[in-house]
Amino acid sequence: MNVQLQPSFSIEALRSGDRDEFTRLVDAYSGPIYGLGLRMLRREQDAEDVLQNTFVKVLQNIQGFEERSSLSTWIYRIAANEALMMLRKMRPEVNLDDQGADGDEDFMPVQFVDWGALPEETLESGEAKAYLERAIEALPESLRVVFILRDMEGLSIKETSEALNLTETNVKTRLLRARLNLREKLSVYFGEQYFKGVEK
Amino acid sequence: MTDHTHNTLTCDQLLGMLTDYLDGQSRDEICHEIEAHISECNNCRVVVDTTRRTISLVHACNDKPLSIPEDVRERLFQRLNLDDHGASKSNPS
Repeated sequence: MNVQLQPSFSIEALRSGDRDEFTRLVDAYSGPIYGLGLRMLRREQDAEDVLQNTFVKVLQNIQGFEERSSLSTWIYRIAANEALMMLRKMRPEVNLDDQGADGDEDFMPVQFVDWGALPEETLESGEAKAYLERAIEALPESLRVVFILRDMEGLSIKETSEALNLTETNVKTRLLRARLNLREKLSVYFGEQYFKGVEK
Repeated sequence: MTDHTHNTLTCDQLLGMLTDYLDGQSRDEICHEIEAHISECNNCRVVVDTTRRTISLVHACNDKPLSIPEDVRERLFQRLNLDDHGASKSNPS
């Protein structure tokens, strides 16, 4: 869901237990939350657990929601915490607090193929989309969650930092690393098509 | 990327400003510095262009809202005791 297009909800109705309003909320956010779970955990059953646990917590805690962030950010925060908690249980060796690598040099660009001007049908082919989806799944977890919330779900830097309890500087650093990581991989992938075009 | 200076900005400094620049959050003078740099540094121009393209491809792949499978929705509504509301599925934007 692009949060710019999010529907509005009555917090008062949600707090008073209005089931129609809660149903509307669940239907609006279940797709994005399930997608977040799938992209973070890669298994449908785990994504379903994230989805269910998120809305159970929303239901249990809506009375205490203080509106210090938007309702949308609050829901994403609960969902991201659920997904990260499950990841920690499944893979305790993963450090979600690091920034994806030991040093900045790991993120320095090394591919300089100018593939941006390739035709749309090449850039947006089914194969290219599948490659990109796999590249996103392969991002380190600490970068992936930031990338999903900011670049896929459309949260702002501030909202992403609130949802993940990170500083805005930290969010920007992780986002840059995620974007550069994907750019490097796409440069290798599209590089072949680019050089084929140049040779013709 | 070799770190060298074009105008007053180094390639490393440009990289550090890239997130704000691509998100349209940079101040005008920073935008001018970045644009002056990439007009002289081909590698940085390619990095800026292809990173921007990467983001637009992600948006293109993600343009349709993901809907959850019907059985997943049914189990969710059961867990939330919203079973009687589950039949009338609305289509969120």
